[in-house]
Amino acid sequence: MKKFEQLRGIVAPLDRANIDTDAIIPKQFLKSIKRSGFGQNLFDEWRYLDYGEPGKDAASRQLNPDFILNQSRYQGAKILVTRDNFGCGSSREHAPWALQDYGFAVIIAPSFADIFYNNCFKIGLLPIVLESPVVDRLIRDALTVDGYQLEINLEAQTVMALSGETYWFEVDHFRKHCLLNGLDEIGLTLQHADRIRKFEINRRNEQPWLFL
Amino acid sequence: MKTLYDKLWNGHVVHAESDDPNGMVILYIDRHLVHEVTSPQAFENLKLSGRRPWRTDSILAVADHNVPTTDRSSGISDPISRLQVETLSQNCEEFAITEFKMDDERQGIVHVIGPEQGATLPGMTVVCGDSHTSTHGAFACLAFGIGTSEVEHVLATQCLVARKSKTMLVKVEGNLGQGVTAKDIALAIIGEIGTAGGTGHAIEFAGNAIRSLSMEGRMTLCNMAIEAGARAGMIGVDDVTINYIKGRPFAPRKDLWDRAVTYWRTLKSDEDAVFDHIVELKAENIKPQVTWGTSPEMVTTIDGYVPDPADISDPIKRHNIEHALEYMGLKPGTPIQDIALDKIFIGSCTNSRIEDLRAAAEIVKGKRIAPNIKLAMVVPGSGLVKSMAETEGLDRIFQAAGFEWREPGCSMCLAMNDDKLLPGERCASTSNRNFEGRQGPGGRTHLVSPSMAAAAAISGHFVDVRSFAH
Ligand code: SF4
Repeated sequence: MKKFEQLRGIVAPLDRANIDTDAIIPKQFLKSIKRSGFGQNLFDEWRYLDYGEPGKDAASRQLNPDFILNQSRYQGAKILVTRDNFGCGSSREHAPWALQDYGFAVIIAPSFADIFYNNCFKIGLLPIVLESPVVDRLIRDALTVDGYQLEINLEAQTVMALSGETYWFEVDHFRKHCLLNGLDEIGLTLQHADRIRKFEINRRNEQPWLFL
Repeated sequence: MKTLYDKLWNGHVVHAESDDPNGMVILYIDRHLVHEVTSPQAFENLKLSGRRPWRTDSILAVADHNVPTTDRSSGISDPISRLQVETLSQNCEEFAITEFKMDDERQGIVHVIGPEQGATLPGMTVVCGDSHTSTHGAFACLAFGIGTSEVEHVLATQCLVARKSKTMLVKVEGNLGQGVTAKDIALAIIGEIGTAGGTGHAIEFAGNAIRSLSMEGRMTLCNMAIEAGARAGMIGVDDVTINYIKGRPFAPRKDLWDRAVTYWRTLKSDEDAVFDHIVELKAENIKPQVTWGTSPEMVTTIDGYVPDPADISDPIKRHNIEHALEYMGLKPGTPIQDIALDKIFIGSCTNSRIEDLRAAAEIVKGKRIAPNIKLAMVVPGSGLVKSMAETEGLDRIFQAAGFEWREPGCSMCLAMNDDKLLPGERCASTSNRNFEGRQGPGGRTHLVSPSMAAAAAISGHFVDVRSFAH
């Protein structure tokens, strides 16, 4: 995993609650056995007017001019601000892959669905929970101020507007540590291989039917 | 004074980094279910890192999302789907992992076959790269969906790094009315607490209305826990649980069986256990449910109406409802019973088990689907469910009524294969998600129970199954 560096970027607002992973990346793209290339199909059904299929060249497709991410002012956005329960629905990690591949590094919302939130950390995408009134303000500013940017400091756990207003956010200590250092979580767990083996032997003795 | 969740969690902690009860721990995983969509990248990375699966006998693999539900003798025609299914088989062969292939009678939806095989046992931690893994909690398991990176983590280490959830008790007391099913309980709960109501929580379902459900019904309920935002749903062990497991292929036998049962009987919350949240519903108040919007919480009763956004004061909620009604092509104030349908789908890991098919067949027996129904299909959850249904003659009942009788798989629950809605088509579906485009781009999904879907097929629009039965 890549280290999460301090970051400043354009903010794109998506003013909608309960955005599910089917909307983030529709199922036809889940047939891929690769981990990359999902960015061009992020929010596919909202973003394009024609029906998207794997292998279809994005350049030849018709963009939906009404979809907010298609507006020129949000091109190159690194931060997505959205509403409650973002990422609900299926467990597909293709959703965070698509967001990251598109260029987002941070998603800000008042709440996230559990599996999605968890998946983000595994790939170095940072989900930030801020209170609803703060998100309201960020969405309003991103809609009204051209080129609106935020600065994210994971070390200090802060989101800073260029006006200087700063919001603190919470993040689990272990997750923060992994993200800041770009650590391989599997490698970390394997450092406890002996403990896992011991646990397994006990389990096998106590509940042998689990090992049939 | 421990909850069932506490017992399951504590029993699987291999190591805790800190004393913080809410900190990350290394959690041992007993059963790893694998399907073709969320596993290829996990296997690929595993191999790239020079690692191997830790414990292959914990894994059970099956292709379900991409498989055709029509004649399979010539394989999968879509080359991208075919490659994904073949990739699963290659990975399973390479590491000697048990896989039920497409021509195996045991093949089916991953959440149907685990319990059916006895591969889901009380007290286990069960994971799968699939959010509806919560289904297995019906067996007093700690079962939850994971992403692909975590699939790789479990493959490589037999563990996950996880953090304890809060607990929620959903208690349903009383007697369910005739024609009211586990699906209706699930939708009523989601209607009550919302799709984010269970976020951060593991839900335990309890109360005598839950106890009175069969294992099939309990699986339907736990399946939908994720739709209430909870990663896991669970139900304590009782005789119903134990009787269901007995004699299944992966279940213990003889002495081990007795030992296992003694332990399993301890898998319930203590009387004085404390939950972070408690939600109570009266079974008598639950009526057959129908969703009208694009989220499972957008639900009402069969005698209800499509809501009017003008009545909603919260601007975000109002906006969401307006948006949903536009997508669904519905006018505020329309009686639910006036909504006419184009297609009927009976299937998915929520409602494709034998009991679901029996309930639907009972309704359609001796009748014909309405002329406005373009397609009505039944997709059994597994090859074994299919053959049991055929032994009982259910296939003939459905076919005589004009239903198509298909091969097992996820099918039009998410429309990754050829089974999909066309833009604007309206479907009564026994699946679990009514998201935009879920059953096909522009498709409109109404979630209902199997008997409600069957009754809608016959009538051509939604009807109250409670009066329909007579
Ligand atoms: S039936 Fe539907 S919800 Fe269940 S596993 Fe398949 S796609 Fe997912």
